[in-house]
Order: sequence, then C-alpha cells, then structure tokens
Amino acid sequence: MLVTLVVASVIIFVVIEVVPGDPASYMLGLNAAPETVAALRAELGLTESKFSRYLDWTGGMLRGDFGTSYTYRTPVSTMIADRVLISLPLALYALILSTLIAFPAGIVAATRRGSAADVGIMGATQLGVAIPNFWFAMLLVLFFAIQLRWFSAGGFPGWDQGILPGIKSLTLPAVALALPQASILARVMRSSLLDTLGEDFIRSARAKGLTARQTLWRHALRNALIPVLTIIGLQFSFLLAGAIIIENVFFLPGLGRLIFQAITQRDLIVVESVVMLLVFAVVVVTFLVDVGYAIADPRLRSGLQSA
Amino acid sequence: MNLKQCLGAICLVAVTSVCAAKDDLVLGMQLEPPNLDPTGGAAAAIDEVVYANIFEGLTRFASDGSVVPALAESWEISPDGTVYTFSLQQNVKFHDGSDFDASDVKFSLDRARAETSTNAQKQLFTGIDNVEAADDGSVIVTLSQPNGALLFNLAWGDAVILSPDTFDKAKTAPVGTGPFKFSRWVQGDRIEIERNPDYWGEPAKLARATFKFISEPTAAFAALMAGDVDAFPVYPAPENLPQFDADPRFNVVVGSTEGETILSTNNKQPPLDNKLVRQAIAHAIDRQALVDGAMFGYGTPIGTHFAPHHPAYVDLTGNASYDPEKAKALLKEAGYESGFTTTLKLPPPSYARRGGEIIASQLRAVGINTEISNLEWAQWLEQVFRGKDYGLTIVSHTEPMDIGIYAKPDYYFQYDNPDFQQLMTDLEAVAGPEARAELLQKAQQIIAEDYVNGFLFQLAKTGVANKDIVGLWENSPTQANDLTAVYWK
Repeated sequence: MLVTLVVASVIIFVVIEVVPGDPASYMLGLNAAPETVAALRAELGLTESKFSRYLDWTGGMLRGDFGTSYTYRTPVSTMIADRVLISLPLALYALILSTLIAFPAGIVAATRRGSAADVGIMGATQLGVAIPNFWFAMLLVLFFAIQLRWFSAGGFPGWDQGILPGIKSLTLPAVALALPQASILARVMRSSLLDTLGEDFIRSARAKGLTARQTLWRHALRNALIPVLTIIGLQFSFLLAGAIIIENVFFLPGLGRLIFQAITQRDLIVVESVVMLLVFAVVVVTFLVDVGYAIADPRLRSGLQSA
Repeated sequence: MNLKQCLGAICLVAVTSVCAAKDDLVLGMQLEPPNLDPTGGAAAAIDEVVYANIFEGLTRFASDGSVVPALAESWEISPDGTVYTFSLQQNVKFHDGSDFDASDVKFSLDRARAETSTNAQKQLFTGIDNVEAADDGSVIVTLSQPNGALLFNLAWGDAVILSPDTFDKAKTAPVGTGPFKFSRWVQGDRIEIERNPDYWGEPAKLARATFKFISEPTAAFAALMAGDVDAFPVYPAPENLPQFDADPRFNVVVGSTEGETILSTNNKQPPLDNKLVRQAIAHAIDRQALVDGAMFGYGTPIGTHFAPHHPAYVDLTGNASYDPEKAKALLKEAGYESGFTTTLKLPPPSYARRGGEIIASQLRAVGINTEISNLEWAQWLEQVFRGKDYGLTIVSHTEPMDIGIYAKPDYYFQYDNPDFQQLMTDLEAVAGPEARAELLQKAQQIIAEDYVNGFLFQLAKTGVANKDIVGLWENSPTQANDLTAVYWK
C-alpha cells in the first residue's frame, strides 16, 4: 500500500510538472511586464528546482500540510476539506440510492426470471445504462427546478445552514448519479444471483426442506454478493472523483470542479494534492472491499489475515 | 375576526414581508475569482466582485466610462502637469473601523509601483516619481513627466487603496472603504457581501448581495429560470437571449464593453510579416457575417483597435471592407497567388472557437489555409503570448484604452513601428482632451493602415436580469458589477 502511494506520488508529480503553462502568467494576464511575472514566480516559490519542490510537497503531506494554492493563496488542505465535505456525502448518497434501487430490482428480476417484472426491470436498466447522466441531470433540473420549483437548480448552501438544506441540494445530483450506477448494479446482482441459484448447494438447501425464500436469504444472496461488492467499490471511487460533469451541471463546489479549475489555472500544487488524495481514497476503498469479501465469504478470511 | 379576515391578514403579512425582504440580490458570474485582491492579479472576476463595492481608488469609472472622484474629493494639477495634489474625502473608515488617510494612499501607490510589485497593470503607475502624504487629508503625486492619463489610470481596479494593516488579507478577506463589506466566501460556490453601515458616501440600497459562480451555460440558464439567481450581467450563451427576451420576467440588457476582439497576427512570421498579406487577410474577412455567426448578432464591427463608443473613435471599417477579389489580388501582388498555410491557435472563449471556424472558412475562400488548434488559456499564454509561436490567433483585449500595447515591440504580435511608439510617448505628455483625441485618432489610423492585426468586432455585453432590478450597469467601461445604486423596484 505504501509502495503504491510513493509510486503514485512520483508519477503524479512528473506528469503534472511537464504540462506546459505557468500559474504566474495565468494570474497576471496580458498586460503584465515580464519582471512582474518573475517577481510573482519568486514569491510563489516556482523558481526552486523541481526536485526540491517534490521533496517539499511529499514531506509536507506526511505532516498533513498540502502546501498553499498558487492562485487562491489559501492552504490546499482546507480547500480540499471544504470540497470533500460535498463530494463525499454526494458519493455516499448516490451509492446508497443506487444500492437501494439495485438490490430489490436485481433480486426480483433474478427470482422471477422471465416474468413481466424481469423483462420490465431489465428494460429499465438498459435505458439507465444508455442515458448519459448529465442529460438525465438536465431533465431533472427542467422538471423539478424550473417547472415544479421543488428544488433549486443547483449550488450548495453549506452545511452550516443545516443538514436538511444540504441534503436537499444534493438530492437531484445524487439521483442523476445513482441512476446509471443502479442500472449496472441491478444487472450484476441479477446475473450473479442467477449463477448462484443454479449451484448444487442451493438444490441441497431446497432438498433439506427450506422454502425458496429461505434459500434465497440464507444461502444464495450471501454468495452472490462478491461480484456486487467489487462493483460497488469501483463505483464509489468513480463517484468520488468522476462526478465532475454532474458537479458542473448543478454548479456544486466538489472535488471534480476543484481539480478542473486548478488544471485550467495551472495551480499545480492543488492538482497534485487532489489526485494524490484520490489515489489514497481508491486504495482505502479497495481495502474496505477486501474486508467486505471476508465478511461475505468466510473462506477468504484466512487469506486476508496472512496478507 | 372571522376566518376570511384572518386569512386576509395572514396574506397581507406574507406580502409585506416578501416586499421588505427584497433588499438582497443574487448575481451569477461564469468565473470565480481566484482571490479578492485586485492589486495582485489580472482576473476580471476579481474586479467583478470587489470594484466599487468593496474597494475604492482615488478616482473611479462611472457607468458611462467617465472618470469621477472617489476617495479623492478633488485635485489640483500644477501648470506644468507634473504635480497632482489630491484632497481626500473626510471621515472615511476602512471596514475594520480604522481611519483612512493620506498614509494609506501613499502606501498603496508605493506598493503598486515597487520593484517587487506583483501588480498585473504595473504600467499604470510608470512615471510616478514620488508620492507624499502632505497631511492627513491630502496627497501629492509627482510625475517625472506630464501624464494626461493619470486620473484615468488611478480609476482602474488595480489602483484601489488598501490599508497597510490589512492588505495582506485582501486575497481572502478584503478590507476596503466601499459601500459593501465582505462577509463570506464559500469557495467554489459563492461570495457574499453586505451593506457597510458606516459608508462615507451615499449608502447602498441593497442590504446584501451574493455572487454565485456558475460556469456551465446550461446551468446558468437553469439557475435564472428557476429563480436561483436574479441577474447574470455577463450571460455566457448569446443563443439563449431571444428566449429570455420573450419571457416577461426578464430584461435582456445589451451594452458595450472595452473588449476589442482581434485576429492577432504574428508580424514577424513570414508571410505575415508582409503588409500586403495582412491587408489581404483584412479584406478576406466578412465582419458582419462573423458577428452574426459567432456572436448571434451581438457585437459591432471595428476597423482598428479602439472602442466605437469612445468619443475619439474613428470608423475605419471601410479600410478593411469585405472584398475577397481584392484580397486575392493583394495576395497575388505579394507573390502568394496560390495561397499559403499558417496556424490559427484558438483560446477557450466561444468568440474565439466559433469565430475561428468562420474566419478559417473565409480565409480558405481566398486561398489561405489555416491549421486550427484549440488551446487552453495556460497553453495559449505559453505558446502564443510568451513563445510567439503562432501565425494567427483570436483574442479579445478587454482592458480599457489599451492602444498603447501597439507601442511595445516585444508584445506578442511583434509590431515594431517607431513612429507609432513616438506617438504614444507624445500622448503621455498631453493632458488636454482635444489634443489627446487628435493623437489617438492618428494612432488608430496608423495601426489600421499597417493592418497590424485583423480587427474584428467590439465585444458586446449581453446580460439577463430580473425586470424589477434597477441600476445595474448597462455598459462595461471596466469589468465590474457596481452595486452601489442597485435596488428592487
């Protein structure tokens, strides 16, 4: 895990530093004299060697200090913290919604295979996978914000205005994010459950007298969870970093927009730190998914302990 | 009181409370300012929040572009034009409660023109030899030579007055002297300001204002339609304007800006170093078609680098009239009968990206092929602006009165004409408006006749606002959202 992070930090730093463009010229615009740009570069510490800047950056991160943003001139850690407070709840919200939709849908479709319900659910998920989420988001805005005026078209009031207004403003984005995820998850759930239901041990369970429902809850579901957990893990990482388009549609100040803005302005230190944080998040989520496997499948437990 | 009366009373209370509550305003902006210090960055978004609202200078721009007194109540100019004595407003306080006096002016001007200054418009202060606080209420500015543009220069957002105690906080928590105080910044989302009850001048009518940052044009549309924002003074998608115009809830405001949109040309790169070639390009461009196609009809064709609404403007569009046959003849004369290929590097704004496609096809019609590449701003600054590695590019120069850039031979279009440079030096020494206008007209003529760049059109300011809002600037003499006189009908 540590090796992953160190390698990631080197790659991120190198890739981002070779991108052409200079934050100081970006900030000073078209009329600034070259000596003014030079003065700003010196003030920002950009005149130091790349190697010493890499050491400063990684050394600072170990102490929890991500440095100071070139353009915003505020500590990167507080900037990231502000954005995480939106991106993380949004990702969790979307994930919960998608799980709440996908689990029952997948189970119904698998247990009533070939029925009208199955056909309907599979048709709906096909649509859900096919519809781009930003387009669905715009439809949501048109209907719920412009027509009905139940929600605002976007923006985030801040958690200090109360939990409920915060959750309310994240609802449309979370729905827009959850729909395609739920569709994928429901399909995975269905096929995984169908596979499991065809296994010998299910027949044995039925033979020893359990009802279909009991077999499903006690044996089938648990065994079908492994691929579903993998997908959930991947989806969470994606939702955390990949919500950028949805953040733009709903003008939410999340991590995706921060990184986008920082790339435009060549605020390299912010880009590097956010990407690093995301790498860290992915590593942690992967670890949690492994723990989840072990809970779902006791056979994997010994493997985890020795790792 | 029966039920009906009771309900009536409740309604009345509800209505009056709604009316009384309308002293706040939510303005949409496409870009978030990187910080709030107008003396330390070029981003227009900084001034769009703080100019005239939070920070003030000695002078300021009025909505019609004229320069009027602000923190300087009046001034006297010595007969030789080199000594300006400013009398300052009395009883002015900074938002932190400290007094404003001459020492703050001295501090701010000295900081802006210092060796280590990171002021993006440092050239505004060249020629200032000395700044002296004569007493608390007056400041003497001595120039090395007369400068007729000094009062104009001091009106820029880059010349506002900060206090030595709080200037280093201006980036995140600005403390100024203006009619509004900074109240909070939810980064990535919005900035809130509130009325300054101790303002020295006429107090603001709004109690609160919020600047909300919405970069996506579709999201901007939704936010206006849903009532999340009350006005979008620089609305990013001109294609939606007819829809707002037809909606009785909104006013569409079309005004002028200081943005000359030009087809910048690398005057040192062959074959563009040949004046005949540049002249051919000028005649190959159909400006009206460009304005219609790229800007949905909003914008005024120009023939030189000067704002058409300025009193000293000369209409030179005839000098570069649309005439493809003439363009072909000029190319032949220059020895490029079979045309040539050059690069066209486009920065992100839609005027450049959409305009670039149209210009490329107009140039192709006379035999000039362009290789279009789309660049991010940071790449554009690196390759085009600093590296001068380009043939053609499209950019709007939004600074007011910036014809002086043609006197810098190492500026990115690399135009080097000693006569023009001399003219600009002469202009600096002239203070009388008529004499200045004469020189400015001559300057416009020189660059138009040298076909330095393809002069395209003056960017329009297209805004959308709730129809009950009064007092927003129609034009944009500087990039600002002056809320001093804004109120709800």
